[in-house]
Amino acid sequence: MRHGSTTAMYFRMLYRAAMLRKGQAASALTAIIVAAAAATAMLNLYVDVQAKLRKEFRNFGANIVVQTKSQQGFTSEELQTIKTTVGDRGLAVPFSYAVARDERGQAVVAVGTDLDLARKLNPWWSVSSWPSGTGQALVGTRAERVLGAADKPFTLSFEGKPLRLHEAGAVRTGAGEDSRVYISLSEFQAWTGLGPTAFEIAASGTAEEVDALLHKLQQTLPSADVHAVRQVTEGEANVLGKTRSTLLSSAAFIVCTAALCVLATLMGWVFDRRRDFAIMKALGASDRLIAMFVAGEAAALACVGAIAGFAAGIGIAALIGRLNFNAPISPQFRVFPAVLIGALAVTLVATLLPLRLLRRIQPAMILRGE
Amino acid sequence: MFVRLVYESFRRQTRRKALVAVAVTFGAAVSTAMIGIATGIGDKITHEFRNYGANLVVTPDADSLDVQIGSVNLKPASGGAYLDESALPQIKGIFWGNNIAAFAPELPVNVNAGGREVTLVGTYFSKTVTLGKDQFTTGAPSTFPWWTVNGSWPKDGSADVLVGEKLAESLKVQQGSEVTLAGVPHHVSGILSTGGNEDGQIVAPLNVAQTLARAAGKLRTIYVSALLKPEDAFARRNPDTLSPAERDRWYCTPYPQSIALQLTEAIPHSHAEQIRQVAQNEGTILTRIEGLMLLITLAALLTSGLAVSAAMATAMFERRTEVGLMKALGAGHLPLSMIFVMESVLIACIGGVIGFGIGAALAKELGQAIFGSQIAVQPVLFPVVIALAIGVTFGGSAVAIRRAVKYDPVLALRGEA
Repeated sequence: MRHGSTTAMYFRMLYRAAMLRKGQAASALTAIIVAAAAATAMLNLYVDVQAKLRKEFRNFGANIVVQTKSQQGFTSEELQTIKTTVGDRGLAVPFSYAVARDERGQAVVAVGTDLDLARKLNPWWSVSSWPSGTGQALVGTRAERVLGAADKPFTLSFEGKPLRLHEAGAVRTGAGEDSRVYISLSEFQAWTGLGPTAFEIAASGTAEEVDALLHKLQQTLPSADVHAVRQVTEGEANVLGKTRSTLLSSAAFIVCTAALCVLATLMGWVFDRRRDFAIMKALGASDRLIAMFVAGEAAALACVGAIAGFAAGIGIAALIGRLNFNAPISPQFRVFPAVLIGALAVTLVATLLPLRLLRRIQPAMILRGE
Repeated sequence: MFVRLVYESFRRQTRRKALVAVAVTFGAAVSTAMIGIATGIGDKITHEFRNYGANLVVTPDADSLDVQIGSVNLKPASGGAYLDESALPQIKGIFWGNNIAAFAPELPVNVNAGGREVTLVGTYFSKTVTLGKDQFTTGAPSTFPWWTVNGSWPKDGSADVLVGEKLAESLKVQQGSEVTLAGVPHHVSGILSTGGNEDGQIVAPLNVAQTLARAAGKLRTIYVSALLKPEDAFARRNPDTLSPAERDRWYCTPYPQSIALQLTEAIPHSHAEQIRQVAQNEGTILTRIEGLMLLITLAALLTSGLAVSAAMATAMFERRTEVGLMKALGAGHLPLSMIFVMESVLIACIGGVIGFGIGAALAKELGQAIFGSQIAVQPVLFPVVIALAIGVTFGGSAVAIRRAVKYDPVLALRGEA
């Protein structure tokens, strides 16, 4: 019974303390919410932005290349192995090359590939129109000029076998592709009898995951030449690493500032209430009880602030994701415990520290206004 | 009297004011650092993107088709046009010459090495080109930073060569051994690893390739690594259709297109083009990272603003008794508010100045630690940060000051507020 009434009194005091000084409680709560929101938003961004940026980096194209050493292309078992090994861990696009000649005997590299996959692999290709059927080719801008393919059909021959093609569109990349003619792999195979000789693979995920896939491919395809495209992998590691460090330091700055402001706000608030504490003490409250009271109040503020701040922070992160990446940042609920513990720690330090300073002072002195 | 009141009010209760000042200082420091980072990061990341190598390529205007599969160049030796080596220094002489981070000329030639035909590429390694009084050292290692050599890079002008790692394996040559090219022995100064076509080729100083190709002073391709501004709709417009003023703006912006045009103009009979894989993608990612940092900076400004306001508001609440006393002594609302406003402005100024200094140092250190070069905070930011600090502090205290001033002095003095 007695115990029950003490608990009831404790909660009543907490409640009245919050209600009587709504203004101050509100501004202390605002500070905590702002800090928790900032921490949540930054942690969310830090976790998710890397995945978002990595996706952008995949637009650089293949980061692993598999080439066969055989003239005839990959065997059907090897093709199957590549397919199952890569699976959904990346995009594997087959390429087959041959040197063909046009009517005037000019040599030109003809490439057979899965055009839909190539389009996904290399989004930077500037293509006027992609081929949609047989007999249609994607012609590099330099090849187009040499072949005169822009307005009339042209014929390529490989080992005496002719193939008549229409240009569906021109491709411009500023690199080797500009000198080539691309057709669908099935048509290429029917024409030349050559299977795919190279796979360009855009492996997704972290550097470790890409590395793991590279090693797996090297193990399962001992006869092929499997290597990483160092230009792409090293460039990505560099830019991504530095962006991540910048993001992390910015996050640390922001969270520190917000925490410091919570500290300043709550400390001021506790000092301001020294008369209340003095009266409590004069009425017979022990130091421990007052500390419990203040700590309970701080913990309640921290919990409310952390929950509200977490919700607001997820909203801010999602907004930033939508504005910048056109894709929402998925909420990371696993950062909530960190935010809550952080909020509790900061508020407890901010309230109990000034209380210790006040404890040294006699209630009579405070009540007298000294 | 007013000045004295402000002075006295500012001098006393230092502990509490110190707390607010610390909050303002930190807010200003983070704002300064974040604005500095957000404005400087584009520049830094552009430099980092040079790890992807060249983003522009210059080829002869009337060149025939490249016939290359993997590392094997099948282009007939007689075919194709050349560029003049003597025109290379002009690359640094274009309008955006300072944005040219590196370039490397290339001259591929097929050569008989140990009984089989391989492609040898001639290039610069660490060549100093002179334009007027300016000197610029460049070559393949700085244009293609992912190239690694087991051994040492050949000297420009020497007869040493690098052998690609795959070719070295099949030719059975090592660093320090000799390889016979077209009947002439060459010293192998190192084994080259690039993860690209060069692994199956020989890379040599340009003069070696020129001798083999019997094309003195000629080269076929120039790879240029330039600091670019991401392409936008304006960049894609045809410069010939722009009005003179627009054309000037287009020409004087480091878009891939405008630098390509300037390179075409600088090198006779050439055609420059962006390497879309590098130029386009770096533009997209740069825009994303810049946008991200800008939004984070806005969030940081908002956070520090709100947090400082909250700290200021609590500090003001406890001044009720003081206000009550002044009011009881006959102070009007306006002068009373002015005292507190002046006080917050003073705190904001002090916090702002110190915070700006700390923030600038933070940005500098961060740039040094992450990018290896300092991020400079523009001095023009100083008044902006001070104004922000004053605005935020004032905003935070305004509500509290108004409330404090409106209190009945009797209640305030009795401590019942």
